[in-house]
Amino acid sequence: MAQDTEVDLAEPDRRPVLRPMSRWQRFRRDRFLLLLGLPGVLLVLLFQYVPLLGNVIAFKDYQPYLGIVESPWVGLDNFAIIFNGDPAFVNALTNTLIISFVQIVFVFPIPIALALLMNSLLSERIKRTVQSILYLPHFMSWVIVVALFQHMLGNAGLYNTWARANDFFEVNVIGDPDLFIALITSQVIWKDAGWGTIIFLAAISRVDIELFESVAVDGGGRIRQLWHVTLPAIRPVIILLLILKLGDVLTVGFEQIFLQQGPVGLQASEVLDTYVYNRGIVGGNWGTSAAVGLVKGLVGTVLVLGANKVAHLFGERGIYSSKKDL
Amino acid sequence: MADLTTTTTPGPDTPTPSSGGGNRRGRRSGAPAKLLPGVSRQKRLQAINGAKPPNPVVRGVKGIVLFLCCAVVIIPFLAVISTSLADQAQISAAGGYVLWPDNPSFYAYEAIFRGGVVTRATLVSIGITLVGSGLSVTVVALLAYSLSRPGTWGHKPILLLVLFTMLFNAGMIPNYLLIRQLGLIDSYWALILPTLTSAFQIIIMRAFFLETPKEIVEAARIDGASELRILVSIMLPLSKAAIAVIALFNAVTYWNAFFNAVLYINSTEKWPLQLVLRTYVVDNTAIGVDLPGDVVPPQQSLQMAILVVSLVPICLVYPFLQKHFAKGVVIGAVKG
Repeated sequence: MAQDTEVDLAEPDRRPVLRPMSRWQRFRRDRFLLLLGLPGVLLVLLFQYVPLLGNVIAFKDYQPYLGIVESPWVGLDNFAIIFNGDPAFVNALTNTLIISFVQIVFVFPIPIALALLMNSLLSERIKRTVQSILYLPHFMSWVIVVALFQHMLGNAGLYNTWARANDFFEVNVIGDPDLFIALITSQVIWKDAGWGTIIFLAAISRVDIELFESVAVDGGGRIRQLWHVTLPAIRPVIILLLILKLGDVLTVGFEQIFLQQGPVGLQASEVLDTYVYNRGIVGGNWGTSAAVGLVKGLVGTVLVLGANKVAHLFGERGIYSSKKDL
Repeated sequence: MADLTTTTTPGPDTPTPSSGGGNRRGRRSGAPAKLLPGVSRQKRLQAINGAKPPNPVVRGVKGIVLFLCCAVVIIPFLAVISTSLADQAQISAAGGYVLWPDNPSFYAYEAIFRGGVVTRATLVSIGITLVGSGLSVTVVALLAYSLSRPGTWGHKPILLLVLFTMLFNAGMIPNYLLIRQLGLIDSYWALILPTLTSAFQIIIMRAFFLETPKEIVEAARIDGASELRILVSIMLPLSKAAIAVIALFNAVTYWNAFFNAVLYINSTEKWPLQLVLRTYVVDNTAIGVDLPGDVVPPQQSLQMAILVVSLVPICLVYPFLQKHFAKGVVIGAVKG
């Protein structure tokens, strides 16, 4: 019945709406709108939902010349690689989790600190300039970022050439398997730390000034204002983003790592996504790599939903609010 | 959600000249000013600690930290541009890279744009970016518009169909097999079609259409406008800004897209710029150029010139992006 009012608004006819229209009537009335949406719906179906069905090859022995439908079923054989602990798979999983963990510890706090720092700046002009500079790397592709790092920090790069000439310490972070995690973490910081401040700056800018004034009236200086007003104001955002990050632990920068696997080798750099690529598309083991991809996707979805649930438990909105949005 | 999306654009509105020593300044003046109407948020924040100037040591440390942050971002770009313009003598003297070209020349650019692999890749990238962003903003805006009238036929199922895609990703292997099944391997369409729709953008765009007052549409209808007329003459002009922003963002995405080309493009002559960049600048494959009768520019200059070519379009649209992105990020952080 709730639809009556809506129908009323969208209804070209002038006759008063006494009864809800039938499905067919509504279809005829909305046919132009539906036609507009059709290309989008078809693309979503074809490129988002059809590949979902394609995951059946995780349960098949996929042979390219037979096609998906004709290839024989093999039950859960392809998943054995996960449950039997294939060394390459375990290595990829371990690397993924370590990199995720390192990035949560070292990358996550930096935008918060940077936002507080930028927020405390004296001059509005300087603040805007700093923002413009620090946001820029976010828009660069990973190929550009990796290229920049190689040519700046590589053995023959800008920094090391300068350091050798001036008897300064050299940095040999490129191509060293032991330092691979440090390298990719610093790249993530360089690219996205500035960008990450936006959400915190937005949260700070929404704080009611009277709160700051109250602290000042009570004799509290800048530190107390920070502790009692600014930090509590951004706490919900921090918790929310942290939880979301935890929901994403199985996904670490794919293009970034893929680009740099050559010099450091797979032992140090293989993560789940590159494992699926190397095993499936390079190696031709379609079934098993699809199985790994499928499990990763499922666990990832469960983690994101779980994280969202936890966010709700913390009293936050989470990403998928509720039916209200529809 | 509305409160987050409508009040938090740290855009370049109301720049207030700064003076004296408050320590914390908001970027907006539109915040509630209950006690002191007419006094901006910024002025009030300045006034709070106005009597006590901040500690000079603290200020110094802050300044140094932020200066270093900015230097770390700027120096690579500066070095890249300078090296691409520098000549062989200076590059050899500096050992590879220079921070400022003594005799700037465009030899390197002339060399790469003489019709070789870089020229072709640049054209391919431009084509894919233009076609991709144009098509995607069209499809997204139309679908968002058709979803912007709750109560239409199939509204809820279609909206759920779109929203649901935010929750999962089918995975690389099935996507690859689909493209192969469609016969799109080694076709430019493989780089354009799969990323044409984005649930996130559809939702943002739809929210934008929903905010448009219904009265305008009703008035047009009373004047006898058809649905097509309402869309073309009323909704599109009203949402020009939003459409432009989405188109720009998609343009950046298409320009930067790299991995889809690795997966789907086999022939070298169809490579987009990012693949060329990977091969010649990341993997350091030697670049062969034929410059009849000329001196071949130093390898570093050529590499850096390719890098600059891939940077420039983004830097060109960056001011426009920066004006608008904050809103999108804030919605994005809340919506996923």
